[in-house]
Amino acid sequence: MTHTHQGVRLEARHLGKAYGERQVLHNALLTIEPGEFVAIVGRSGCGKSTLLRLIAGLETPTQGQLQIDDQVIKGLSHDTRIMFQEARLLPWRRVLDNVVLGLPESQRHAAAKVLAQVGLGDRLNEWPAKLSGGQRQRVALARALVHQPRLLLLDEPLGALDALTRIEMHTLIEQLWRDNGFTALLVTHDVQEAVALADRVILIEDGTVSFDERIDLPRPRSRGDVRFAALEKRILDRVLQQPDTEQPVNDVSWPGLPAHGLRWAV
Amino acid sequence: MSSSHKDLEALCSLESAFAQPAWYVASKSTWWPWLKVQRFLQVVAERLLPWLVPVLLVSVWQIASSQGWMSVRVLPAPLAVVDAAWALALSGELAKHVQISAGRALLGLAVGGGLGLVLGLLTGSIRWAETLLDSSIQMVRNIPALALIPLVILWFGIDEIAKLFLIAVAVFFPIYINTFHGIRNVDPGLIEMGRTYGLSRWGLYRHIILPGAMSSILVGLRFSLGLMWVILIVAETISAQAGIGYLTMNAREFLQTDVVLVGILLYAILGKLADVFAKGLERYWLRWHPGYQ
Repeated sequence: MTHTHQGVRLEARHLGKAYGERQVLHNALLTIEPGEFVAIVGRSGCGKSTLLRLIAGLETPTQGQLQIDDQVIKGLSHDTRIMFQEARLLPWRRVLDNVVLGLPESQRHAAAKVLAQVGLGDRLNEWPAKLSGGQRQRVALARALVHQPRLLLLDEPLGALDALTRIEMHTLIEQLWRDNGFTALLVTHDVQEAVALADRVILIEDGTVSFDERIDLPRPRSRGDVRFAALEKRILDRVLQQPDTEQPVNDVSWPGLPAHGLRWAV
Repeated sequence: MSSSHKDLEALCSLESAFAQPAWYVASKSTWWPWLKVQRFLQVVAERLLPWLVPVLLVSVWQIASSQGWMSVRVLPAPLAVVDAAWALALSGELAKHVQISAGRALLGLAVGGGLGLVLGLLTGSIRWAETLLDSSIQMVRNIPALALIPLVILWFGIDEIAKLFLIAVAVFFPIYINTFHGIRNVDPGLIEMGRTYGLSRWGLYRHIILPGAMSSILVGLRFSLGLMWVILIVAETISAQAGIGYLTMNAREFLQTDVVLVGILLYAILGKLADVFAKGLERYWLRWHPGYQ
């Protein structure tokens, strides 16, 4: 694959968003270079999903501004596609018809090709209800990629999947990102996921960017690697520094929960 | 069932013990057809069992009538009803009346249901339309359609329009309410997804909102079809110059109970057909839904 669609450059200047009295995001400064893969981590309710929705054009900022390639973001853009936490497939359309949603019929062939790339070439005529959670997210990924986005936003798309399927999806997303050259922005709870995929990991705390770490590990990254583990631990310790005031019990990165602890203890 | 099962087994063991060498007995091929036959009989029995009670009832009825235990004025024999239906079919009267009744019903459904669908789509999709119309519609909804009969006769006389009006009013509400709720229950996440994937307003409607509301709209349609026949019967019984209701009321005056029964059965068959049709629509339009597969 050729890099026909180069990734975008993204810049947030003193970005803020308030819902009434509540300031969710304030004074966020962020620059993402074309083709970069950036992960945003942070606790529940820290404002990371709001940042993503602002970039997607689903919400408008109340302070500061966001620019894509020196253009201020105004509403939805053709160059930006989102993968949501749930697959959000239309249950009444078959897999292939879900992927060509919003595209002319002439794109069916391209859609089938992308589905083959995500390993679902033989399920084109299946109903979404018949697919597993991981397969549905693959369809959602194909649906995003067939639009040839220059900016792909990933809003915790793997949060509901089991550990093995997540690792498979990491490989797939990384490979497609490298093949297509788009800019990728991943919001996640999972520090290991962030370290595995991203060029940079950004921490959002109390509605602002508080930490920005470059991950210089060679790709593909091995989770067993000593440097990987050290980086993961450092970022995780940093995330945990600030006591969580929102909802400590439900938080995935809270160390008191052994089931989640296992994932990043390796 | 169990006795035939035992017979089969006995036959099976007899045959294999005497006619086949020992190695052949152990193989599947000898008793495999028997299992198939047994399975087939079981399926047939399962299919026939629900018909047992109706067949028994009709038989008892036929015997009671032909033995003179029951007056023909009260209930004619089933065979007499079949004869009457046959005679009406041959004279072409049956087809004429069914056509007229079904035509009325469907026209009423088209007008009332169509209006219900359009208004339901409107109030479901647009806030100010809901604010403007919904509470008024909900108020009118509580008036039973049949309570309007005296007024309808004053307005339209006992003409064709009166029947159409009653049917249209009755079928309007189930379709309206279910369309409205169907649209309101479409997953907002899917609509947001559609917007971010570049769908126009019309595209959102066609690909997400309408299909999402479809299961609910079809529930409304099935309710309406049931109501449609009830109102038709009442309207035709009050006054009509043609149609199944006319057929039965006319027959009543001449004490032709067999023809009255033909009319009643026709209503039952038409009602069933409408329900089968609605189910067919559900099976086709909701084939993506695990509940309809």
